[in-house]
Amino acid sequence: MDSLQDTWVYLSASPLFHLTLTLVAFQAASLLFERMGRNPLLNPVLGAVLIVVAVLVLTGTDYGTYFEGAQFVHFLLGPATVALAVPLYRQWHRVRRSALAIAVSLVAGSLTAILSAVCVAWLLGGSEAVLASLAPKSVTAPVAMGIAEKLGGLPSLTAVLVIVTGILGAMLGPKLLDMTGVVDWRARGLAIGTASHGIGTARALQVNETAGAFSGLAMGLNALATALLLPLIWGGIVWFLRS
Amino acid sequence: MLGYLTLILVCQLAGEFITGAMALPVPGPVLGMVFLFVFLMLRGHVPDGLDQTADGLLRSMSLLFVPAGTGVILHFQLLGEALLPLGLALVVSTLVTIAVTGLLMQWLGKGESAENGDG
Repeated sequence: MDSLQDTWVYLSASPLFHLTLTLVAFQAASLLFERMGRNPLLNPVLGAVLIVVAVLVLTGTDYGTYFEGAQFVHFLLGPATVALAVPLYRQWHRVRRSALAIAVSLVAGSLTAILSAVCVAWLLGGSEAVLASLAPKSVTAPVAMGIAEKLGGLPSLTAVLVIVTGILGAMLGPKLLDMTGVVDWRARGLAIGTASHGIGTARALQVNETAGAFSGLAMGLNALATALLLPLIWGGIVWFLRS
Repeated sequence: MLGYLTLILVCQLAGEFITGAMALPVPGPVLGMVFLFVFLMLRGHVPDGLDQTADGLLRSMSLLFVPAGTGVILHFQLLGEALLPLGLALVVSTLVTIAVTGLLMQWLGKGESAENGDG
């Protein structure tokens, strides 16, 4: 009995356990999502995060220990982003034909994402550090964290807000686009990718390749647009909110 | 398969190196995506093995966000304190951004899709 206990204590702190936990939680959340007719409220990323958080809290495990195992999954985000070149290449004839429409929609979307988030949080009494952490939330995590730091926000808070934004976009985006009559797959992909980066893109890829390619493109372009625009306009935003 | 996984990693590494060395405002993997795209342009088609490797990575892309999302446990307290402004800002902003971008793109892109009969 003691040796069983010892083995469990040893294994529960090992990278193997937390890697397996991540995969099992995601499989369970995906199964539930499929079984319940792909109900958007049961988004697999959200479900898996809730399961993992519950296990970590119950076993009193800190995030650093968990990440030692989970980093192997986390690492693959980089290669997956590079791999987005493949659907983009296959859809390139469509992208090239609508280059101007893409550029205008993307900049409009990028500014909307920044200004709407900052305005709502400011009206509800968010502090300046909270606003700065929130402003780049539609951009893929590594870039968003860099921007937040420049603006005087908290990069690790930004990482969480980025993930939540991605889950919200993947959950609510398709339904909202149906309701507003956006049927063009290029527009649906571009909208999801601009607002909710890689998590939205992962969802778009499962539905339609054109939407996935445009979403991946929007994710890359919005990272660039926000990184260039936000530091420039931030001074103006803060001045306007203070006056 | 292994050859193309190597190609993907080489693209990412080159992207990380150049963005880091030149302090570019884009993440390394996004520049890596540009490099792989240029490779495909030069090749003129997607090689079979690359197709499978990319597909394998992209089909499970949602899973890859779980470790970062679990980072929420680091911020329970701060999130609790600013739950209303943050929560409402995220929901409203995400919805408005998707609607504005989607409607604008559909409207501006109308000519192109009509004349080609797709989209």
